[in-house]
Amino acid sequence: MSKPLISVRGLTKVFGDFTAVNGIDFDVAKGESFGLLGPNGAGKSTTMRILAATSTRTSGSVEILDKDPEKFGPLVRAHLGVVPQQDNLDGELTVSENLFIYGRYFGLSKKFIKGKIEELLEFAQLEEKRDVKVEALSGGMKRRLTIARGLVSEPDILLLDEPTTGLDPQARHILWDRLFRLKEQGVTLVLTTHFMDEAEQLCDRLVVMDKGAIMAEGSPSGLIKEYSSKEVLEVRFGSDRNKEVAPQLAQMCERMETLPDRVLMYTENGEKLLEQIAAANLHPTTSLVRRSSLEDVFLRLTGRTLIE
Amino acid sequence: MNAGIDVSQIQRFGAFYITSARLRSMSKWKAIIAAVDIGNPLFYLISVGVGIGVLVQNNSGTSGTGGIKYIAFIAPALLASSAITGVMDECVFPTIEGFKWRKLFFAQNATPITGTQIAIGVYLAALSRAVFSVTVYYILLLAFDVVNFGVSALLIPIATFGGGAFGAVMMFFAAKIEKEDYFFNIIGRLVIMPMFLFSGTFFPLKSMPIFLQPIGWISPLWHATELGRAAAFDYGLSTLIVCVHIIFLTTLVTVGLTLTMRQFERRLAK
Repeated sequence: MSKPLISVRGLTKVFGDFTAVNGIDFDVAKGESFGLLGPNGAGKSTTMRILAATSTRTSGSVEILDKDPEKFGPLVRAHLGVVPQQDNLDGELTVSENLFIYGRYFGLSKKFIKGKIEELLEFAQLEEKRDVKVEALSGGMKRRLTIARGLVSEPDILLLDEPTTGLDPQARHILWDRLFRLKEQGVTLVLTTHFMDEAEQLCDRLVVMDKGAIMAEGSPSGLIKEYSSKEVLEVRFGSDRNKEVAPQLAQMCERMETLPDRVLMYTENGEKLLEQIAAANLHPTTSLVRRSSLEDVFLRLTGRTLIE
Repeated sequence: MNAGIDVSQIQRFGAFYITSARLRSMSKWKAIIAAVDIGNPLFYLISVGVGIGVLVQNNSGTSGTGGIKYIAFIAPALLASSAITGVMDECVFPTIEGFKWRKLFFAQNATPITGTQIAIGVYLAALSRAVFSVTVYYILLLAFDVVNFGVSALLIPIATFGGGAFGAVMMFFAAKIEKEDYFFNIIGRLVIMPMFLFSGTFFPLKSMPIFLQPIGWISPLWHATELGRAAAFDYGLSTLIVCVHIIFLTTLVTVGLTLTMRQFERRLAK
């Protein structure tokens, strides 16, 4: 394997008496799509700001394209495209003006940027909005424009902090499609998310973070294989009954999680387990058999759900 | 590098990229800026020139203002005050907006542009606004026959200098204050307004009781006004005093900008 584009060792960031990131290690290879999955407050955004060469670290080492971002901020940032969690476009300017001024911040020639704008407007499906003021765009359009803006300098690495948070399902799917195209083109993506479906769709490899630490690392399917069963049976007996029947259910499967509203039973064969429950004369009000997901991995690792 | 990025070029010109973006944003408000920058002086020149000026003239002639027409006496102060307002508008609010309201600075800082360059870029754009406001004002002074064209054109750089000195300090506070947005309402009412009234704007500072005079001494408006008067008419300032005024304003610019640049770097790196 060639040298990683990003290499992080023992990265720690302390704010006052709060440790936001606590000694994490990871590498990101060229062309890889790498994710940081975790709930709010896991330290993902702090890590991203350090990777973006804008925030300082308390200890540990970070190398991006062989350079320490703390010492060579502008030089490192010249290779990065950054999509922050909160859109910080200039709402008073139009779509194409936003792309133009951003390209100028990279010292790119006006001619180069003008050509690039056409390409990016098409990519972001915003050709018809080129002369519209940004404040008039929908949330999904603003996100696509922010991503397009991050690409204006043809970065080696695109950093995306919670790219689809706050978007409606349709807008999310459009965005995933766009990001998937970038991935196909070989752009190295680093993204944070607290949506397990997003992580499964977009990441080749990811780390699960909680309370500033990395709990596990692997590919989405690898993590599921390692930390969960093939299938999950979700049963509901009504809030009070869930706890009552739990001990009985526990004997029927490999592992079980009792959540306030439902019971998750981990098994290789969900339908068979459901028959077993029926045979035991327990009748759940609703039941659902599904594949294991990263949500289950997270629950297994931390005892908590991703979105609380 | 893919798109042909030259980082050394950005290190040299980054601040100007920011200035150019700021001017582009400001140009969206050009009608309002023009209305304010033309309307404001007009109101003053008409009300003071025709109203208060005549009242002063009829009662005491020009004895109180050293033989100078009243409107001419206060013109350098009006100019400097217009520069101060212009700089405040274009560096204090964009700074709060850049850090807090719309977080534009964080977007700019995600590129090779540094916090120091953002600070300088915003400041230079604010100075251009002051130059514009003051130039318009100066043209109106000529039109109203308040000053004669010539050395008095120095009023433009002098007033801008005063605005820049005050703006550099205020920009630091704008970058420093993270929670209190109302801070600048207080500044407006309790700093700018008294400064306007007590900086020898409408009457010579010396005619005030000695215990009120220090307000003028620390006010960039007074220093810029005095320099402006020396440029606009025969005001009898010694070279030493002229130097003191220049040193005072230069110190404010230097200290204010140094603190501002450091604060920009710090806040962006959090």
